[in-house]
Amino acid sequence: MSATGTLEEAKQAVIEDFSMYDEWLDKYEYLIELGKDLEAYPEDARTDDHLIKGCQSRVWLDWKVENGALQFRADSDAIITKGIISLLIRVYSGRTPAEIAADDFRFIESLGLKENLSPTRANGLVSMIETIRRAAQENV
Amino acid sequence: MMAIEEIRAQFPTLARTVYGKPLVYLDNAATSMRPRIVLERQNELASLHNANIHRAVHALAGEATEAYEAARDAVARHLNAASRREIIFTSGTTASINLVAFSFGETFVKPGDEILVSEAEHHSNIVPWQMMCQRKGAVLKVLPVDEEGHLRTDLLPNLLSEKTKLVAISQISNVLGIINPVKDVVSVCHSNGSKVLIDGAQGVVHGGVDVQDLDCDFYAFSGHKVYAATGTGVLYGKETLLEQMVPYMGGGEMIGTVRFTGTTYAPLPAKFEAGTQNINAQPTLQTALDFAAGLQNEAYTKQVRDFVLEALTADPRIKLYGVPRGTEDKIALFSFTAEGAHHEDIALILDKMGVAVRSGQMCAEPLMDRFGVTGMVRASFAPYNTLEEAEIFLKALDKALKLLR
Repeated sequence: MSATGTLEEAKQAVIEDFSMYDEWLDKYEYLIELGKDLEAYPEDARTDDHLIKGCQSRVWLDWKVENGALQFRADSDAIITKGIISLLIRVYSGRTPAEIAADDFRFIESLGLKENLSPTRANGLVSMIETIRRAAQENV
Repeated sequence: MMAIEEIRAQFPTLARTVYGKPLVYLDNAATSMRPRIVLERQNELASLHNANIHRAVHALAGEATEAYEAARDAVARHLNAASRREIIFTSGTTASINLVAFSFGETFVKPGDEILVSEAEHHSNIVPWQMMCQRKGAVLKVLPVDEEGHLRTDLLPNLLSEKTKLVAISQISNVLGIINPVKDVVSVCHSNGSKVLIDGAQGVVHGGVDVQDLDCDFYAFSGHKVYAATGTGVLYGKETLLEQMVPYMGGGEMIGTVRFTGTTYAPLPAKFEAGTQNINAQPTLQTALDFAAGLQNEAYTKQVRDFVLEALTADPRIKLYGVPRGTEDKIALFSFTAEGAHHEDIALILDKMGVAVRSGQMCAEPLMDRFGVTGMVRASFAPYNTLEEAEIFLKALDKALKLLR
């Protein structure tokens, strides 16, 4: 999967999609749908090496460099987390390591999902963002 | 007896809203809210009576010392301890258990000895014993719980041996909410010559504790779960044991005389209270325990418990952990999973509806493994929670499960 447009454009697209929903309920319903539609995670990568274990949801993340771009695939046992994973993949997968490494990863806050991403919580999602950042930095 | 509205009016936090909805706080097993009298007491101590205790001769030091030691008397009275020397102030249950794990371990435990804990313990009543066993070359053994979350006390005689130095169990598990038959456990362990520590973190909140009646050797609890300030806590220990045990931490307050050639220790309880204590907060234990004893709304709390228990039991989507066998063996604490819905998702959705519950492993990973789950949702009620709140919780849960289906 190669990304279209710039990273900024991808972020704006997600923010715009999300801005259609005023109510938390609609936001969560949207995330649940995204979670259900997320591309299936490869079973051979469902190993402890790929597992980000938190007190709450578990997140599996697999990445590789293809034609100079980072490709991410991920999964979670919790559906709302999986929906947010889907947003992250939409924005970051297929980008060059340099593009991702230069990003501040702040856009997710503008979606009003702060409580899902608080770094003070034992949350797999926070570790997932860290892993994406590290994968990018290592491959710049 | 106070009416429920009267009780609620004393807790400022209960009047607030989250996301524009009235707060329904059902994470009381993690920490309770604090009533106005506790908040005021702590503020008063910090504002007007702040001085370091015991040593100085000035007026403020006298006031601070008096407040601190009066709280010790009050705790001794509430627990029915034989003596105030048996009440050690700590920062909470975890600190109390660590104190015993170290001092009892150093004094009494030899290589090859055994410590027994239950499968349903909080990490705080597992890890300190593991650390002690590693240090002393001792072995940690485990008393299982059955499918319904009850301690397999029938296995106790097989698990106890002449090597069992100490048995550490909770009075009420923070996940299962089952009231364990600790008095019987103590009696069986004692006839085997083993000492018993009771983790009373949840137990102290639900009904009075009588350490002499229980005959336990140690009883540990935190202040913050029973309306007192955070960072307060108690270790009760039988005087004869505490006398023999080596100190946990060295420093100011706990000494008799200090020479470079050697130091003698202060008598109980100071021997176990090294360094400056939580002087502005610890006295709130007195305020809080007096307050708790004055609530006397058990009948209402039981009504709430029965209402939620019945609803959750009747819901085919819900699997409840900690199933009561009688009317007196479960508190209003409900941990559950729902098929096809992750505990984190349920908690996130409930939160948006103003309902605060806990989700995850609840500091009891071995128990999660026992039941083959990665986590649970827990709704834990306090005496200030109402039937209306229970209804809101159940409706919100239903909505969450429909959304996640």
